[in-house]
Amino acid sequence: MSETLLEVKNLKQYFPVKAGLMKSIPLKAVDDVSFTVGRGETLGLVGESGCGKTTVGRTILRLYEPTAGEIIFDGEEVTAKNIKHMRKKMQMVFQDPYSSLDPRMTVEDIIGEPLDVHHLCANRKERREKILELMNFVGLNSEHARRYAHEFSGGQRQRIGIARALAVDPQFIVCDEPVSALDVSIQAQVINMFEELQEKLGVAYLFIAHDLLVVHHISKRIAVMYLGKIVEIADSDDLNDSPMHPYTQSLLSAVPIPDPDITRNRQRILLEGDVPSPLKMPTGCAFRTRCRYATEQCAAECPKLTDRGNGHQVACWNK
Amino acid sequence: MSEHLLSVQDLHTSFFTERGEVKAVNGVSFNLDPGEILGIVGESGSGKSVTAYSIMRILADTGKVVGGKILFKGQDLSAWSEQQMQSFRGKNCSIIFQDPMTSLNPVFTIGNQMKEAVVLHTAKKGKEAEERVVELLELVGINEPRKRIKQYPYELSGGMRQRVMIAMALACEPDILIADEPTTALDVTIQAQILELIQGLQKKLGMAVILVTHDLGVIADMCDNIVVMYGGRICERGTAREIFYNPKHEYTKGLLRSIPNVNNMKKKLVPISGSPINMLNMPEGCAFCARCDAAMKICLKEIPEELQINHDHYASCWMNVKTLMEEGGDGI
Repeated sequence: MSETLLEVKNLKQYFPVKAGLMKSIPLKAVDDVSFTVGRGETLGLVGESGCGKTTVGRTILRLYEPTAGEIIFDGEEVTAKNIKHMRKKMQMVFQDPYSSLDPRMTVEDIIGEPLDVHHLCANRKERREKILELMNFVGLNSEHARRYAHEFSGGQRQRIGIARALAVDPQFIVCDEPVSALDVSIQAQVINMFEELQEKLGVAYLFIAHDLLVVHHISKRIAVMYLGKIVEIADSDDLNDSPMHPYTQSLLSAVPIPDPDITRNRQRILLEGDVPSPLKMPTGCAFRTRCRYATEQCAAECPKLTDRGNGHQVACWNK
Repeated sequence: MSEHLLSVQDLHTSFFTERGEVKAVNGVSFNLDPGEILGIVGESGSGKSVTAYSIMRILADTGKVVGGKILFKGQDLSAWSEQQMQSFRGKNCSIIFQDPMTSLNPVFTIGNQMKEAVVLHTAKKGKEAEERVVELLELVGINEPRKRIKQYPYELSGGMRQRVMIAMALACEPDILIADEPTTALDVTIQAQILELIQGLQKKLGMAVILVTHDLGVIADMCDNIVVMYGGRICERGTAREIFYNPKHEYTKGLLRSIPNVNNMKKKLVPISGSPINMLNMPEGCAFCARCDAAMKICLKEIPEELQINHDHYASCWMNVKTLMEEGGDGI
């Protein structure tokens, strides 16, 4: 068993939503989420839009101040005070390679910014060398260092974003939908690069995405979220072969598989209706309103994640 | 010979921009038969949507069909007046778009917008038209249609809005439904609902569907026949099984290698090198040759002709010509 690098304990992230003149009600974007990421491991985080997967990633890096819960990185609790220091060890790659790069900065300055912020280079020469090395590393032509972000294609921009994250030599990177905005033929290039970087540098990833095939390919373990909670977490092959939570089952059966014989001969478990509003969460289990197996117990009490062997954890009363 | 429902023959569509002519669609030909689901797959900028818009004649002002023919039940659409086209759109052929929010007018109720389509294309009016709207909403699986017709688009979820769009497109029971990335903006479970709906309606109403998408999974799931596009041209077309199990164009082969392998998830992906083509700067020969590992000298110079691989499989790749010549050589 690999050593734990990141531990998230009972993380809660509520956002206040105005509900009248003086009143506000909490939107429970992340509600009591716990998981761990091992050194050099990839944990996939999947779920539909609005389930809170991006919020989890952002809260780990304290881009939001968590409502409750603990984030322990490498044995040290991440707090508002030490976050600057912690961001030398944890970084993030964002979904949209167009809006996550400053259009008025050259590539050199974008990649160099984390080096400046953390005072990692003694002089200009060292800084420049480090930047060129990073560009080389992610497969960018070093002659392009003085160009601006708009001169690059989507795939190349994502490489710039990755080089920026790697600049501080982190042990852990939150990848928030890093390939969703890219064309299929470019996605594979970037996915391969993530894998190669992991082999070379031993960096761990929290890989957030909605494309289940890509997540299955890249992750060792996968966590499935629904309405702010993790409903199932397991080894990625295990999860795909024998999903236990009814939501995971229907989610996996809904993924169109690029193989006509397989995809046409399997049973789709269609879910009724839409995801409920996170402001009007059902009592008990959040999934019960769309679940085939829902009972009275599901309405009364929310199930907790329990281990069913081999680290396969499920939060469901009936499975 | 039986007549095709829709026959696109050597279609050329260009956009005339300040930076020059962009040949978005460059000699595209395919046929569509009644009751068929045809998939057009390609990356952004491959010309798949422009092909669909050319059929409907709803191109942007700078765009123009500059060559080729589009035959609907044997009649050349280019000879049709704008008035005739207006009745073609809706009655014979309807389209739904990727983003249902921007396709619906936010300041009118669902009922109001749908009634407009019904009144415009059928003889129904007033109460009768409203009944038809309710009937259509029921057809696409919307609960409490009488309540929904009084609601505005923002009150509905993404999946629900797409259902409304489909209902509107079906108002006059068209022969062809064009779905341009209908599920790209939706979540997987909602996507499954919408795909199931389109499949079900297609069987029930017997219409033909053209499904434009970049998602190979959706294509594998839904389509009888597939057209693969790259750089405004067709690389390959054939039945779904032929395209997925016997690809004969280097681009299709590359695409299939670059997605996770369902039978071996941990197998390393083989990406297509380079970046997508710049349409302002098209090469002389095959559009894909700059990224093709198997490219030969002739690929740089000449556009490959479409070659029939077998009964229902055509590909435009010099590699097939080479194989054919080598095989022919052996035979002699």
